[in-house]
Amino acid sequence: MSVVVEAKRLSRTFGGLAAVDAVSLDLRLGEVHAVIGTNGAGKSTLVNLLSGELPLTSGEIRFGDDDITGWSQPRRARAGIGRSYQRTTIFDSFSVLENCRLSAQAALQRPWQVWQSAQRCAGSREVAAQALQAAGLADRADRIAGTLSHGQKRQLEIAMCLATKPGVLLLDEPLAGMGAEETERMLALLQSLKAGHAILLIEHDMDAVFRIADRITVMVNGAVIASDAPQRIREHPQVVTAYLGEAHS
Amino acid sequence: MKANLNHWLPLVCALVLAVLGPLLSPYVSDLVVKVMILSIFALSLELLVGMTGLVSLGHAAFYGIGAYATVLGSGKEGGSIALLLPLAMGSAAAYALAVGALSLRTRGVYFIMVTLAFAQMAFFVFHDTALGGGSDGIYMYIRPALGALDMENRYTQFYVVLVALAATYGLLALIRRSRFGAALAGIRVNEQRMRAAGFPVYGYKLAAFVIAGALAGLAGALFAIQDGVVNPELLSWHESGAVLLMIILGGLGPLRGAIVCAVAFTLLKELFASEGLVGPLAAHWQMTLGFTIIAFVALLPRGIVGIRLRRGAA
Repeated sequence: MSVVVEAKRLSRTFGGLAAVDAVSLDLRLGEVHAVIGTNGAGKSTLVNLLSGELPLTSGEIRFGDDDITGWSQPRRARAGIGRSYQRTTIFDSFSVLENCRLSAQAALQRPWQVWQSAQRCAGSREVAAQALQAAGLADRADRIAGTLSHGQKRQLEIAMCLATKPGVLLLDEPLAGMGAEETERMLALLQSLKAGHAILLIEHDMDAVFRIADRITVMVNGAVIASDAPQRIREHPQVVTAYLGEAHS
Repeated sequence: MKANLNHWLPLVCALVLAVLGPLLSPYVSDLVVKVMILSIFALSLELLVGMTGLVSLGHAAFYGIGAYATVLGSGKEGGSIALLLPLAMGSAAAYALAVGALSLRTRGVYFIMVTLAFAQMAFFVFHDTALGGGSDGIYMYIRPALGALDMENRYTQFYVVLVALAATYGLLALIRRSRFGAALAGIRVNEQRMRAAGFPVYGYKLAAFVIAGALAGLAGALFAIQDGVVNPELLSWHESGAVLLMIILGGLGPLRGAIVCAVAFTLLKELFASEGLVGPLAAHWQMTLGFTIIAFVALLPRGIVGIRLRRGAA
């Protein structure tokens, strides 16, 4: 399958600490590439480097035919790299629909056209409605986002990411704090998104990761110790000692 | 019903003012013009604080620069308002571009301090150099005109300022409902998410900052034309603080809050400074106004427009 994003030896240091240390990985269309590791292993920093939220200390990121290493976050987002956040990052005081509509508007900004009403912007409304439908929030469109349940906020987080019509999804713990039923729904959603997207999944729920991931990269202290198919990762001696522990050995 | 009210109320107010204009006594007419100019100034800051979430404590710099540009540009023969108003707005916008480009790299309390610092810089340029007559300021020899529109005429002044206020209000109302305004609201609520969605947040904030500066320049120009004299106090941080206080008291968000509070502020000031009404307290109007403001903040946490909101929500 075709490589969409190729990260080569990404590093990021904070003071003397190497939060991400020469990490290379690629994301392919139609694949879920999971990154696992203990707290502080540098997984979220990795997402921030790929999305452009943090500048690299060294390394190179290619997206399709472009070298996007020097691109700003908004430019990467418009080019099709979407992300969700580990800590829910939504527009609390806006309606659920407006959360998605505003995200969709990023593709059609034209801020100088002040005579056009944002609420009647047909293009962004339609994309927002589709994103809500896909994320299973269509019946909550008029609710104020801040009043949603935790699980629904996590769904909205994904819907907002989808509303930017990304080709690449960088998902930072989409299952965090979700109940069993919500987890199932989210996994079904990720499964359905697989075909059209290249997905990077950061997740602590190991059962979910092994069910959905096509490849798994294991990080310890900012560095990659293994990257392989799920079955091989399960049996990888270093991974077993470093991370998975007795339960999965 | 409420949406209708929001649409029609400003228009009705503008029409009532337009009809009443010629009937007002010179004193009242002057006062109304003053309030309208202050309203334009307050609205310009509302674009930054209420709509974009950028709390600037240096907004009077743009107001003062607009005022000085108008007086300096009018010369001894008086100028044309068709040239002077764009000159004032352009000068203020140019300074706003420079200030915004640098200050928008900071946020929160640092943004407040940096905007204040830039305003103080502009203040001391006018205060300590001969450019604008130093600390005494300068007089306008003759008010500008444009054909039959002679700003020496009280009625012309009234209608030009009314049109400027209506245009400012209209522009901001348009911005609020547009995609630009939606993006500014998004930046106010969650800047990080806006960047993640693909919005060049810095450019949006800079655009808002420059538009706000230009509109403050317009208010300053109209002030200079009405008053006929400018001095560095126009750029002082007291002015910046007063207009910020005004829009916070008015209630951030709805545009009419800025105008309602400009009216209330001016009327209270007139009231507390009038010896006929408050006797010897008139000499201490700043104190009575101060207590009134404290009472407002304590009793109306959502501002003056919040009164209606709360009743509506109940």
